[in-house]
Amino acid sequence: MNFPVLSVITFTPMVAALIILMLPAQRKNEARGVALAAATFALILSFWVYLTYDQAAAGYQFIEKYSWLPALGISLHFGVDGISAPLVLLTGVVMFTGVLISWGDDDKHVMAGIQDRPREFFAFLFLLAGGVFGVFVSLDLFMLFFFYEIAVFPMYLLIAIWGWIQTREYAAMKLTLYLFIGSVVSLVGVLAMYWLQYKNTGVLSFDMILMENAGFSQTFQNIWFLPVFLGFAVLGGIWPFHNWSPDGHVAAPTAVSMFHAGVLMKLGAFAALRVGIMLLPQGAHTWSWLIMLFAGIAVVYGAYIAFVQEDMKYMIGFSSVSHMGLVMLGMSTLNRNGIMGAGIQMFSHGVMTALFFAITGMIYDRSHTRQIPELGGMSKIMPFATIGFIIGGLVSMGMPFFSGFVAEFPIFMGVWEVQWLVAVIASISIVITAAYIMRNIRQVFFGAMPEKLEGHITDVTVLDKVAITTLCLFMIVIGLFPSFMVPLIETGVENVLRLLGGS
Amino acid sequence: MNFISTHLLSTILFFPMLSAVVMMFLPKDENKLFRWFAFVASLVPFALTLVAWFQFKSSQPGFQFQETYVWYEAIGSSLHLGVDGLSLTMVLLTTFLTPLAILASFSISDRVKPYMMLFLFLETGMLGVFMALDLLIFFVFWEVGLVPMYFLINQWGSANKDYASLKFMIYTMGGSLGLLLAVQMLGVLFGTYDLVTLYERWNSLEPGAILLGMSVHTVKTIAFWAFVIAFAIKVPLWPFHTWLPDAHTEAPTAGSMLLAGVLLKLGAYGFLRLVLPLYPAEAKMFAGALALLATAAIVFGAFGSFGQTDFKRLVAYSSVNHMGFVVLGIAAAAYSIGTQDATIALNGAILQMFNHGLSAAGMFFLVGVIYERTHTRNLEEFGGLFPLVPVYGGILIFTSMASLGLPGLNGFVSEFLVVRGAFPVLTAYTAISMLGLLFTGAYILKGIKKVLHGPMNEHWAHGEHKLTEINFREIMVMVPLMALILWIGIYPAWILDVINKAVVMLF
Repeated sequence: MNFPVLSVITFTPMVAALIILMLPAQRKNEARGVALAAATFALILSFWVYLTYDQAAAGYQFIEKYSWLPALGISLHFGVDGISAPLVLLTGVVMFTGVLISWGDDDKHVMAGIQDRPREFFAFLFLLAGGVFGVFVSLDLFMLFFFYEIAVFPMYLLIAIWGWIQTREYAAMKLTLYLFIGSVVSLVGVLAMYWLQYKNTGVLSFDMILMENAGFSQTFQNIWFLPVFLGFAVLGGIWPFHNWSPDGHVAAPTAVSMFHAGVLMKLGAFAALRVGIMLLPQGAHTWSWLIMLFAGIAVVYGAYIAFVQEDMKYMIGFSSVSHMGLVMLGMSTLNRNGIMGAGIQMFSHGVMTALFFAITGMIYDRSHTRQIPELGGMSKIMPFATIGFIIGGLVSMGMPFFSGFVAEFPIFMGVWEVQWLVAVIASISIVITAAYIMRNIRQVFFGAMPEKLEGHITDVTVLDKVAITTLCLFMIVIGLFPSFMVPLIETGVENVLRLLGGS
Repeated sequence: MNFISTHLLSTILFFPMLSAVVMMFLPKDENKLFRWFAFVASLVPFALTLVAWFQFKSSQPGFQFQETYVWYEAIGSSLHLGVDGLSLTMVLLTTFLTPLAILASFSISDRVKPYMMLFLFLETGMLGVFMALDLLIFFVFWEVGLVPMYFLINQWGSANKDYASLKFMIYTMGGSLGLLLAVQMLGVLFGTYDLVTLYERWNSLEPGAILLGMSVHTVKTIAFWAFVIAFAIKVPLWPFHTWLPDAHTEAPTAGSMLLAGVLLKLGAYGFLRLVLPLYPAEAKMFAGALALLATAAIVFGAFGSFGQTDFKRLVAYSSVNHMGFVVLGIAAAAYSIGTQDATIALNGAILQMFNHGLSAAGMFFLVGVIYERTHTRNLEEFGGLFPLVPVYGGILIFTSMASLGLPGLNGFVSEFLVVRGAFPVLTAYTAISMLGLLFTGAYILKGIKKVLHGPMNEHWAHGEHKLTEINFREIMVMVPLMALILWIGIYPAWILDVINKAVVMLF
């Protein structure tokens, strides 16, 4: 157990990014090879952490602590619990599949993957991935913040340089500003906690385990909960601060969209839970009604807006708002079922939306359009991608035997325990989701192929198929055997409930 | 063998699904292989169901062949399977019809592999609903069955398939939204989804208790209607039936066979398995409303059917008409629960479910047979075909008569029982329904007349359009159906015995 697995996972992408940058620019394949090797390594390690986490012992495990800036009480303090372990795995999966589908091929005329400066692309992508891993495993509030900013910043470059030419500058700017403002607001709250703890105990520390038991006063928690929670929740795409997210998704290149919707949005939700709810539980009790209101609106409104989109990426982007709304809705219940469902939904949505963006990217690379009415008949050329998209669609609709159902059901149960009316209203989104997903599948994958696309469409590559299969497997396994993930998340939820008091 | 005898139901349930997964790995473009593989794979559950049928002890109360597996422990749901006389009858119907539907699909040559796989998935979905003894598992299979059906209609349907399949999907999903919410509410209230436990605890709630801030009575009434609407859409009851004619008409032949044969029964089964036992008081209170809708379904279904010019639509509306009798029987039983009339009506309703499964599947298949040859379903374009296709004509008349309720065939037995049970309880509604029965005769005879009799349409007599006789494979689809139709008509005791004992013990 002495092997520092969490720091290895966190720094693998960063080291790989450095190695990639040192390669000569024209050696594109070497850059890709290093990227794939590093991603595979991180995936295996995160899977290992996931499987060897001791559920009976629960709590924080794989703990590592290195002093970093003792004068201010900052240390490199890593550890995972039942909620973050699945998210580490999720990051590993998305990173692995993201590299596969960005592989690109210089010889073929199909513009699939990343052809332009893959070296820099992978380097930035991996810097981002390292930041994401760091947030999930940090037990030190300062470090969590540090990695949080590292994860957000490369996004700007990735979108502005490799994004969709028409909106990339606007979207990159909007996204970055939104997220920075959100994180600054949270930072103020975090510093307030830091100082108050110092005043109370005389110990300067950003250690979150200490802060969990700091016993902040009710008034303090009431004041600071909202800024901290909402500041992070901006990245989780909570209504009414979701506006940056669909624009960002659309403008980003495929692998970045996968990361963005698949993992980054979870970062926001995770940090909101970890810092907002777990460190300020009394504040959470006070304000949960407001979070529930915002989340409930996000669920239904996101689904409606997704329904009217004609651009596939916008549709998926708004569906993410709707599904992340469910995560926030689950958290806002502050009860066992709701938070557990939120934890599963974070993983489920991450895998599903990564799959959606991957397939949308494959289609766009070949057809150069994402307008749903301009597409058609893809199933004849790319049957594999079609099945993948259908499976993703079923997850999105919350069909039983897929991970979406396993996640959404407890969320709704949790909401029932608190306020049945919200459950009733939010459930409308299920039917709307079914409508837009089915319409999209029918229009894009079946029916007649428009003449102007005839002959331009080729099947997806082998690497794409590997990526699709990997993502689908997770959704099916969790759907068929919830015990693959649920008991693990339950152990994490227990700790949250303990902090919230009672139940 | 030991494994199978202790895991009988789960083997029946998952065998089709696993076969479909195996099928995925079979080599490409071997259409013949796919067809036979799927056919044989669907015969296995049928054979096992026969084993279950003969091992089943009909006079023993409670559920038999029970199995429980861990599924979703965190929210208190487990894969709890088991059957009683009611569900075993439905399982038999499902495993009996699926091989026939697959045999009927041998003429499909477009993308055979996914088609057959979807059929096998569909079978697992349907069987799961009938076997589930866990409310969440019930819901799970209830929803899952939608997906293969959607794609069967959407991909292999006829001209208006996009509209019909989306309507089917949204209608049923919208309907099951209420069910979903009610299921969640029960789960939250009791912390378990196990049906056997729920039956006890839900009914032993004190009337004065407060649940979720409302009185028990209010909660039960809301949950009752949530269940009823979901099931009423599936049955379908008037006015929730409008998805049905579209879906049935556009679906491929075998899809219509299973849609009418089994999927509609899911709704009626839901009434019997969940609504009556969980909400006896509410069911009694609202029995009049249910009976009204059932009567409307019978009468308007018959009128609607009579007015059609499309042969398949005519048969589709006849399903509304026939399923109306099932619900009429259930309503009568709900109103007079515990009396002999209720027992008779329920016997009739359950047998009618089985019988309609046989005759509707047969009728849809026969429509499909002629459609494949003529590529039209317009009744006006047929006429006088009997001399051209005498064997087909004979089979069509036989099956139509079963649908019409001719004594000696199965439909008569069940409709008589329903009417006999309902008459003393809901006299006016039953009397009106009898008028509907008159129109049942009218539309059936209209169908026969337009297709087989009258002046011959010479278009089908000569040349390239010459109508060919029903072939051996198609006859083999019809023979088991006709045999059962006749058998139940002449000697219904073998199946009524099982049903009756289940009804007596349940209600």
